Amino acid sequence: MTLAAATELATATNEHLASISNTLIYSSMAVYTLAFFAYIAEWLFGSRSKVGRTAAALTAEAKAGGKGAGPAVTVKQNGGTAVLERPQVVVRSTAGTRDVPDGPGAHGGDEQGDMYGRIAISLTVLAFLVELAGVAARAASVQRAPWGNMYEFNITFSTVAVGVYLGLLALRKNVRWLGLFLITTVLLDLGLAVTVLYTASDQLVPALHSYWLYIHVSTAIFCGAVFYVGAVATILYLFKDAYENKLATGGKPGRFANSVLDRLPASASLDKFAYRVNAAVFPLWTFTIIAGAIWAGDAWGRYWGWDPKETWSFITWVAYACYLHARATAGWKGRKAAYLALIAFGCWLFNYYGVNIFVTGKHSYAGV
Amino acid sequence: MSKTTPGVPTEAAVSDEQELGAAGSQLSTAPTDTLANTPGLGVIGWTRWFWRQLTSMRVALLLLLLLALGAIPGSLIPQSGTDETKVADFREAHGTLAPVYDKLGLFHVYSSVWFSAVYILLFVSLIGCIVPRTWQFVGQLRGRPPRAPGRLTRLPAYTTWRTEAEPEQVREAALALLKKRRFRAHIAGDAVAAEKGYAREVGNLAFHIALIVMLVAFAWGQLFKAEGNKLVVEGQGFSNTLTQYNDFKSGSLFSTDDLNPFSFTLDKFTGTYETSGPNTGTPRTYQAALTYSVGAYGKGEKTVVKVNHPLEIADSKVYLTAHGYAPVITVRDGRGQVVYSDAVPLLPLDSNVTSTGVVKVPDGYRDAKGVREQLGISAFFLPTYTKGMETASTFPALGNPVLNLTPYHGDLGVDAGIPQSVYQLDKTHLKGFKDAKGAQLRENLRPGETMTLPGGAGTVTYEGTKQWANFQVTQQPASGWALTGALTAIFGLAGSLFIQRRRVWVRAVKGPDGVTVVEMAGLGRSESAKVPEELGDLAGILYDQAPGASGPGPSDSPDPQAVPAEGAEK
Ligand code: HEM
Repeated sequence: MTLAAATELATATNEHLASISNTLIYSSMAVYTLAFFAYIAEWLFGSRSKVGRTAAALTAEAKAGGKGAGPAVTVKQNGGTAVLERPQVVVRSTAGTRDVPDGPGAHGGDEQGDMYGRIAISLTVLAFLVELAGVAARAASVQRAPWGNMYEFNITFSTVAVGVYLGLLALRKNVRWLGLFLITTVLLDLGLAVTVLYTASDQLVPALHSYWLYIHVSTAIFCGAVFYVGAVATILYLFKDAYENKLATGGKPGRFANSVLDRLPASASLDKFAYRVNAAVFPLWTFTIIAGAIWAGDAWGRYWGWDPKETWSFITWVAYACYLHARATAGWKGRKAAYLALIAFGCWLFNYYGVNIFVTGKHSYAGV
Repeated sequence: MSKTTPGVPTEAAVSDEQELGAAGSQLSTAPTDTLANTPGLGVIGWTRWFWRQLTSMRVALLLLLLLALGAIPGSLIPQSGTDETKVADFREAHGTLAPVYDKLGLFHVYSSVWFSAVYILLFVSLIGCIVPRTWQFVGQLRGRPPRAPGRLTRLPAYTTWRTEAEPEQVREAALALLKKRRFRAHIAGDAVAAEKGYAREVGNLAFHIALIVMLVAFAWGQLFKAEGNKLVVEGQGFSNTLTQYNDFKSGSLFSTDDLNPFSFTLDKFTGTYETSGPNTGTPRTYQAALTYSVGAYGKGEKTVVKVNHPLEIADSKVYLTAHGYAPVITVRDGRGQVVYSDAVPLLPLDSNVTSTGVVKVPDGYRDAKGVREQLGISAFFLPTYTKGMETASTFPALGNPVLNLTPYHGDLGVDAGIPQSVYQLDKTHLKGFKDAKGAQLRENLRPGETMTLPGGAGTVTYEGTKQWANFQVTQQPASGWALTGALTAIFGLAGSLFIQRRRVWVRAVKGPDGVTVVEMAGLGRSESAKVPEELGDLAGILYDQAPGASGPGPSDSPDPQAVPAEGAEK
């Protein structure tokens, strides 16, 4: 076989793989859409149950005050011999916080709703696998990591975001309530990717050849996905918190708010979840920026040059540092800290979309 | 505990805090933000007030926010540090805005007065924060965990049981257990007090100190950096002295003595490109094979420099930043003597490396009549010429090279002493050679071909093509420090965020009925599910050593609204 023929064959295989990848991505979108409807069904059926736990907890508190019975160690009579239960740990929340129970989740305790929720998660797993295969096929077609341009970045990003969600579910964290919000935006992200951002598969220009690329970009995508999950939780926290405040001060929230927000976890839980997620990934984000600086040092001869992308990574980093600071010490907890978290995520988004589209810099050779 | 409405601490909450008092104190070294006192009289009073403000967490937060805000304009407005030409364009386009921007330093945000003010204040605040916190932390390490508070039931995690074991026995067992779990523990009165997770504080302090190290390293690097460019044709060399550079920039404290002594020769440049598909012509690899030697008498060593792989010599790095073609041209004069023979680097115009440049023959040339003159030849080069595409190359590699030459004679103007670009021809005192029809002579040459100048004025031969590569040589001292600082920051941060600092107390006393009552309680800095989990774990082990006794429950029963530990994770 001549060299030219070999090249041609390789090109043909690659184009074949690329088209397989496209088919897989479209298929995953179809499955995500089904999952989306299943989540909607979960919420709809869930609305049949009128639990009103938050309202009950917040209005009944006057009656429940004071000391009650119920020692932690109970003596169980068992065939005449007294068997003692192991001591139980009781926790109380810090003074000044509300003790509101977590909502039951989207299905609201409704059996049919729960079934649809389970179907939705199964479909999400399926769509995730299909999308993952699509990303892998894309990577195989270009014979490199699938993040050389914004199209590839987007499909990888949504895959990882769903992966983070499923990972949390697998770890038995209480995150099922995230499903609908996550899948809605994943569909938007994919829609954007296949229409506006689509770039035919291609290899990288030499400046992008470096193992620091793999390190830097993969951690950047992962951090983005986790920040994203944190941001969704933060937004829901803001709604839920407003809802609880309204109830606590005797207000009457609308029916929709009542139905939807009541099923979410308590605002304190949402807030804590968002904080944990953001805090857990912040060191990795720090590492991402440093890895980028090392790569820039190798590629451009300086590790930091205030290129727009670098600048916005820095701004994002400082914004998240502000948020953590606020949470850790300055007494800016609650809503104010939540706004900071959203601003920080806004910076991340702008760094990703805004800088690529509106600002030119050294990072702008990557397709879009 | 009675329920509280949001934001309004109840009496119970307030008394809780007082009760926890010493037990809850110093669980971190973070300063508590007290309401700012009005300053006392006099300069000292004001200075102290100002210092306390500056080092307060609120101001630190504010300065951080300002730093983020201040960095924004620099990413949207062209910066003279990165792109001088864009700044010039902007000035031209925005006649009224530009002077305002100039006043505000918006063309060099990151070295402007106001941006510097923000980060210097932030770092002063940081130092003012770290020093006392470090002292405080050392004090905490020297001291012992505080004694158990009066009522352990008030703590966020609590458990109790009754046992036949003697109180001393229980305390000893608890002490041994906690020590085994690497708590710092001691017996104080009727209870064991223990604390763990000091690494959190260490990590937090290390992180903030690392930030200072990074800033200093960055500033140092800016002051002592040096950066120069050198274009080298295959077969030619470079040695690292100031005069050899095409251009050179350095930080304000850099001295040319700091240039590392080394030299190299470019043996070969290789570029490969995509040959098919929609991205035909996209570069795939660039690499330059070099022979380099260190010091004045070093022996030559071979190496390959690629786009992401600079050559490192001491703290200098040699980067490959650009490449192009350099046709080898030989000029013979009217007498047939070789007056010029060299590779002429041409500047690329587009991604397919269509290139232009000039050949200047300032000395030695005589025309047909033997009169001294100077020659200037404009060159236009297509590495891959395709018929019908006369003005642009169709592929970046040397597929079908064609060199288009336009010769002139006369005075190049180089003797006037005014610096001239080597890529441009000043035609004020030059006359074009004319062809048979009286038009400007212009000819396409392929490698090996020769053009004859009219009237026996000589010949110009295109011998072949070499490639050139541009190298950027940088020296950026203290980058090792910056990297060390950065890595420390990551590990410090991880320690600070992932490690919980928490306290555990175990009280064992004889109740009025002669049965020992064991109480255990845990306290963390923030509400975390880990504290009750760990407490439950410890209680389980201790319970096995001091098993429960039957009888009435303890008098001080825990909070009725309390949730079991399993529920805390939600
Ligand atoms: C240069 C900018 C700064 C950055 C990027 C920064 C970043 C951070 C981050 C990310 C944390 C979170 C770690 C945690 O939650 O434990 C933190 C905690 C903290 N920072 Fe900073 N910080 C900066 C400046 C300062 C300054 C100026 C002060 C003092 C006035 C300060 C005092 C503290 C304290 C007391 C904590 C919390 C300690 C604790 O939780 O026990 N930081 N900082």
